[in-house]
Amino acid sequence: MTDSIIKIENVFKEYKVPDGKNVKALNDVSLEVSKNEFVCLVGPSGCGKTTLLNIVAGLEPFDSGKVTMHGEGIIGPGPERGVIFQQYALFPWMTVRKNIEYGMKFLRNANGSIRFDEKKKREIAEYYIKMVNLSGFEDSYPKALSGGMKQRVAIARAYAQSPEVLLMDEPFGALDAQTRAQLQEDLLHTWQEEKKTVLFITHDVDEAVLLATRVVILSARPGRIKEIVDIDLPYPRNQATKMDAEFIKYRNYIWDTVYKMFLEVRK
Amino acid sequence: MAAPHQRLEFLTEDQPQRKKVRRRLKDFSDGSKKVRLALNIGSILLGFLLWYLITLIPSINTFLASPKQVFAALLSESAANGRYFKDIWISLQRILIGFGLAFIASIPVAFLMGWYPRVRSIVEPWIQFFRTIPPIALIPLVILAMGLGEPPKYTIIFVAAFLVMVVTIYQGVKEVDKTLIKAAYTFGASDRDIFWDIMIPASFPFILVGARLGMAASLTTLIAAELTGTTFGLGARIQGAQQFMDTSIVLLGIITIGIIGFMLDKILLLIEKRLTRWK
Ligand SMILES: Nc1ncnc2c1ncn2[C@@H]1O[C@H](COP(=O)(O)OP(=O)(O)OP(=O)(O)O)[C@@H](O)[C@H]1O
Ligand SMILES: [Mg+2]
Repeated sequence: MTDSIIKIENVFKEYKVPDGKNVKALNDVSLEVSKNEFVCLVGPSGCGKTTLLNIVAGLEPFDSGKVTMHGEGIIGPGPERGVIFQQYALFPWMTVRKNIEYGMKFLRNANGSIRFDEKKKREIAEYYIKMVNLSGFEDSYPKALSGGMKQRVAIARAYAQSPEVLLMDEPFGALDAQTRAQLQEDLLHTWQEEKKTVLFITHDVDEAVLLATRVVILSARPGRIKEIVDIDLPYPRNQATKMDAEFIKYRNYIWDTVYKMFLEVRK
Repeated sequence: MAAPHQRLEFLTEDQPQRKKVRRRLKDFSDGSKKVRLALNIGSILLGFLLWYLITLIPSINTFLASPKQVFAALLSESAANGRYFKDIWISLQRILIGFGLAFIASIPVAFLMGWYPRVRSIVEPWIQFFRTIPPIALIPLVILAMGLGEPPKYTIIFVAAFLVMVVTIYQGVKEVDKTLIKAAYTFGASDRDIFWDIMIPASFPFILVGARLGMAASLTTLIAAELTGTTFGLGARIQGAQQFMDTSIVLLGIITIGIIGFMLDKILLLIEKRLTRWK
């Protein structure tokens, strides 16, 4: 593939634990993500999904292998890779609006000048607050929000940052079914509209098949790529897509594969 | 039609049982403001009443002045030729200078310890060591080094307040949620941005808790600091009065220190409430 944007090559990662029981988290993982792809990572809990995502984000060192973006080695985090964390990571001393604006604070134009002035940041924040249905909560502090609302702020913050690549760690896991359905469709919309590349972790196989162009199945710890399934369903997709016979075939297949691994580990 | 009727009957039958099982849940809120204030005031008045009653016993009154005697002492001390306000002013100055210097010094030290593991390794043993020493034990050394003027008092208060604040603020810096720091990095923040935008506000509650503990330490060390040869100050006044067995002045000094401490703490609490509304 010529237009590959993120390239993960033979990555190994072991967490060093003081008592000597090191945890092998990733074992020879290779994955290429092309421009404008939507890749979902699924796999049993603790198999290294978050670890892999953090490595791409530049937040976690790894032992060997190579991770590049546009051919350049990833040596640290950067605003071109937006991250939505499993634990929201909202700044509790900032209001919803300030949280979202903070995500844009360090954006620079090619010539090094500040990309958005205060007014523009406010406008963009406003737009995404509306999108995630949080109008009226602009000046609330995170402590006054429910878990689902916090996650929606985190989503708005990442969207507003407008990164080339979105790295999302179970962003909809804590949401109620209706909000989740709506945000899935919004995400698909944003992804298509703004030509983003997405790496998305989920436990929910339905969600993975609904969103992804490719679903990557990781095996139980130490995580390695078990299988990659191309999802050949046309976009735009929406909740009705879930009734599709093809959809159900993909879903059952992936569910089976993951569940079999789960049972093997239990043995 | 029968089903709803049955259910209704079932509910009524169940009623007494439910009452028995249900109980009031413990209320962890602070309760109503009025009730709180009434209890506070009631408790203080009761304390004064008890104090008054036991000082009616003559053998106790010889070493414990009555509220009336203390009030008389207050009047004579604060009269034009009295020294009450001068004592207060001098003690307050010592507290504020010692505490202020400690506050200014403890913040950078605590942050450096939290940010650089090497600084932590260098500083921590000293802090642990000095923490176990009562500041009063340093007085002979401080007097030998600095003489009898004001600096030794500031120094003693400084040491006490500094140690408490460094430990508390450092704890706060260490506990800043690492995910928040990671998130800021993904936005493109530099180390410097992280320090000002994340570390400082995130540890702000701890800075204020540290300040309150440091203030309390300053006050408790004041008496010790004023042992270092001085004629003025509340601590010096208490010690002077002890030699004349004037317990009304001793009690007046103690109560005054208590009130000053209470007010300073209230001020810090107010600042804390103002600045950490997000908590
Ligand atoms: N900081 C760490 N120190 C030691 N071990 C870790 C650390 N972080 C993760 N691990 C271990 O590495 C393995 C992979 O963790 P990771 O968080 O990547 O899993 P995951 O696939 O995201 O799981 P989940 O689906 O439950 O979020 C786990 O077994 C975990 O115990
Ligand atoms: Mg995870």
